[in-house]
Amino acid sequence: MHRYANPGRVLRLSRTLVPWLGAATALLIAAGAYLALVASPADYQQGESVRIMYVHVPAAWMAMFCYAILAGASAVGLIWKHPVAELAAKATAPIGASFTFLALLTGSLWGKPMWGTWWVWDARLTSVLILFFLYLGYMALHSAFDDPARGAKAAAIMALVGFVNVPIIKFSVDWWYTLHQPASVFRIGGPTIDASMLLPLGVMAAGFTTYYFYVVLLRLRAEIVAGKIKALRLRQVYG
Amino acid sequence: MEAGALSAFLAMGGYAAYVWPAFAVTAVVLIGLLVASVRSVRCREADLARLRAELREKSEDPTGEA
Amino acid sequence: MKPKHRRLTFVVIGLGLLGIAAALILSAFQESIVFFHSPSELAKHANLAERRLRIGGLVEEGSVNRSGATVTFRVTDLANAVTVAYTGILPDLFREGQGVVAEGRMKDGVFVADQVLAKHDENYMPPEVADSLKKSGQWQHMRQSMEQAGQIPQGAAR
Repeated sequence: MHRYANPGRVLRLSRTLVPWLGAATALLIAAGAYLALVASPADYQQGESVRIMYVHVPAAWMAMFCYAILAGASAVGLIWKHPVAELAAKATAPIGASFTFLALLTGSLWGKPMWGTWWVWDARLTSVLILFFLYLGYMALHSAFDDPARGAKAAAIMALVGFVNVPIIKFSVDWWYTLHQPASVFRIGGPTIDASMLLPLGVMAAGFTTYYFYVVLLRLRAEIVAGKIKALRLRQVYG
Repeated sequence: MEAGALSAFLAMGGYAAYVWPAFAVTAVVLIGLLVASVRSVRCREADLARLRAELREKSEDPTGEA
Repeated sequence: MKPKHRRLTFVVIGLGLLGIAAALILSAFQESIVFFHSPSELAKHANLAERRLRIGGLVEEGSVNRSGATVTFRVTDLANAVTVAYTGILPDLFREGQGVVAEGRMKDGVFVADQVLAKHDENYMPPEVADSLKKSGQWQHMRQSMEQAGQIPQGAAR
């Protein structure tokens, strides 16, 4: 962990990895979109509308994955005063917010034809909406203080407190009666999705994951460079 | 692909109004975030290079008045 | 204790307390977090019948009756069942044997709904696979094994 407390080392790592991650993302998402839209069967109940699953489900997984990283990096930043972890948390928030927004929107577009409604206040949908607000709150808090260090600390504490919501999202469909159906992939007893549909889902999810690492490394680099600019400006003024 | 198959594909079994917007919004959001991130890296790296050049000039300037 | 160990302890204890608080709050509000009630709950708690609520379960096979614009069907949780009357457009996924959630209130022993939502289950497969499962008799078997695994909330839509 302390190996990556050095911003210079992280910059070099980012420069090496970014092109590969970009290529992997483009390939995986292109293949995933082809499999999802063309080369996969319609569902026996939901017909062609099931194709929305191939963007909705990976977006929802990434929404929670990003939050876990946000909370983890915030904890490392708070406890060990790890400078790169703090920046990684800050860089992750907009990506997580985007995935959450997509999960909500594509879910709505799927819910209307299948359930018969764009939105219901059941435990799953409501807890994901709260996740979206947690991301927005994190970003707002980060920029709400004149002293950036205090903003980072307040936002990190909020991210940790908000982590309680993640298991609630995951298990909401098991703990309470919800309109949203229970888990189909990460469940005891194995997936209840046919292999022909699990493949496009897996490829798309892999593409979304590499997309996250691709964009977060870019944003992390932007944050590190911004830090250097600030340090140089201070030297220019006081040095 | 012949015309009939293409229009059937676009119709998405009657769910075109839901399936296509879902994919379109996903593409727009993901590409938009990527473009914004790439731009901010380029912009800041350019700023840093400019600032370093300025500081170098300054240190080479004997009057220190640059 | 070093400062970083103090901070670590603080975060761990803080998160633990927060988790306990969240669990207590959620269990206290259990009643308002559930999206619907099952026909069995409706049968057991008479006070539920007095207010507006949602009931959920399976549309009983062979119970769907259309007369004009009004459709009646029975919602069952395999132990108890309620007759639902609804006037309006049903969602695409509404069909016999599938999950459904109806919102409305009890009136003379019939649940008069003003909104009916379809609930789908966690199974996704192409039609051919569904057909061959039904043909080979594994369909019912799959349902049972899922019920045993606790994948279906007791008495809830399936």
